[in-house]
Amino acid sequence: MPEFITELLTNHPWLIVAIKVLGVFAVVMPMVAYSVVAERRISAFIQDRVGPNRVGIPFTNIKLLGLGQPLADGLKSFLKEDFTPGHVKRIYYWMAPAVSMTPSFIVFAVIPFGSMLGMQKMVIADLNVGILFTFGIVSLGVYGIVLAGYSANSKYPFLGGIRSSAQMISYEIAMGMSVVPVFMLAADPAWRDGLTSDWKAYLEGTGLLNLSSVVAYQSDSLFSWLIFKQPIAFWIFLISIFAETNRLPFDLPESETELVSGYNTEYSSMRFALFFMGEYAAMIAGSALMVVLFCGGWTLPFGEYFNTPAQGLVQGIIHILVFIGKIAVFLGLMIWVRWMLPRFRYDQLMNIGWKRFLPVSLANIILTAIVLWAAA
Amino acid sequence: MESILFNIFAVLAVLSALLVVVNPLSRSPVTSAMFLVTTMISISGLFVLLNAYFLAAVQILVYAGAVMVLFLFVIMLLDVQETARRKLRIVSLVMGFVAVGALFGVYKSSVEATYEDVEAVDEVVVGSTEALARGLFSKDNGFILPFEIVSILLLVAMIGAILLSKKELR
Repeated sequence: MPEFITELLTNHPWLIVAIKVLGVFAVVMPMVAYSVVAERRISAFIQDRVGPNRVGIPFTNIKLLGLGQPLADGLKSFLKEDFTPGHVKRIYYWMAPAVSMTPSFIVFAVIPFGSMLGMQKMVIADLNVGILFTFGIVSLGVYGIVLAGYSANSKYPFLGGIRSSAQMISYEIAMGMSVVPVFMLAADPAWRDGLTSDWKAYLEGTGLLNLSSVVAYQSDSLFSWLIFKQPIAFWIFLISIFAETNRLPFDLPESETELVSGYNTEYSSMRFALFFMGEYAAMIAGSALMVVLFCGGWTLPFGEYFNTPAQGLVQGIIHILVFIGKIAVFLGLMIWVRWMLPRFRYDQLMNIGWKRFLPVSLANIILTAIVLWAAA
Repeated sequence: MESILFNIFAVLAVLSALLVVVNPLSRSPVTSAMFLVTTMISISGLFVLLNAYFLAAVQILVYAGAVMVLFLFVIMLLDVQETARRKLRIVSLVMGFVAVGALFGVYKSSVEATYEDVEAVDEVVVGSTEALARGLFSKDNGFILPFEIVSILLLVAMIGAILLSKKELR
């Protein structure tokens, strides 16, 4: 690296953070765009249709299996008329799409998406309260939808907004309770003594609620992944993520058959696209959380090259690619489920959240506590 | 840097707290609720500047994320109409100032009572979640008894709410 760049970065540490933020944004945005394409192609495959397979490189005949589709979608959103209905509450109507999209992106700030690249830890903010921060930000995501429903000042969006606020609050509780056992295991100071010196140096100064620490806990072997140690917690967390991102089978805030399009009925052009992008960014953030908490983060149980913090650039990049690959698996799962399962009824949704998941996750906490107490 | 951030968050917190109750442009309850959300978030920013990361995260998670969403939910569900602009009544104004003055007195005396210990507090310990947990839950010098009493109080309040909302008891 040229000397003046090194000097600049040591004098202004915030530049490194800014570069990381830009890097994450530059990866997440195309992922959002291509998960939309994946959604459309997979839904077409499941319903025995062709799907969007035409758009390739503009002005040529190269089709690339329809991989140019995001370009066409984006152009279409920008060129359509940005119509504001006369009866809306304007300030909230303008605010809502932004408010619904930002929280999903802020979540990426604490997610460890790789080990090391050069001297830098591949996480934007290595917070000691990482998991609480994530839940806090996720819980802010509901405002965008509620405000969209309220500001539209018409019946269907309003119903969508009401449904979404009740649904997201209910499932936040189950989601929060389901990860408690994860941290009962991973926040035990004892296991840290058994780590290699590389890991110890990597975790230097981090607290026990830190997300990198959870990754370290799972790095040992395949069966130290928390998906195998805490299957009940994983199951509840997975389904809560579906509910939190308003995906089918829990997409009641926008259920097309009853509410036209729910909370975003009155939106058009790029504002509608912002809601859409927010939903997919939330899916990616949720998948990233599942990978970090339950599926070993950026580690793979194939020896030291994959499960210790990287020494070189190539190894660091491979770790990031492993992380993105694991996210892609979960994205595929979420898309697949959407086109395979019918929608729940609203009372069923509430019953599952409050009468099944909450007691089961509480029981899981007590069970884990008993096992830990017996083992100690 | 920290003082700039402190000023930003403090001004935001106070300004939006004022706008919750005396907003000249709108009397819609939803607007008030949204300004309360900004107040909560600014206060959590102040917690971050004090190295109290746990409190900052919980502030957002519980107040901005859960309590205020419930407020909004109730406002929207009950369809609270925008209240008409009322004349300020002199009695309520006086009562309000008395209440604020009394609260300020309590606050001032409690700050003064603890002020001497402030320099002894270790910055790192304050920030860590483990230290907070030890302070709350340790058997010898912790706050375990008050904590449990508050928990029981909350439980009783919850049962009471369920009891009141049931139309008839079976």
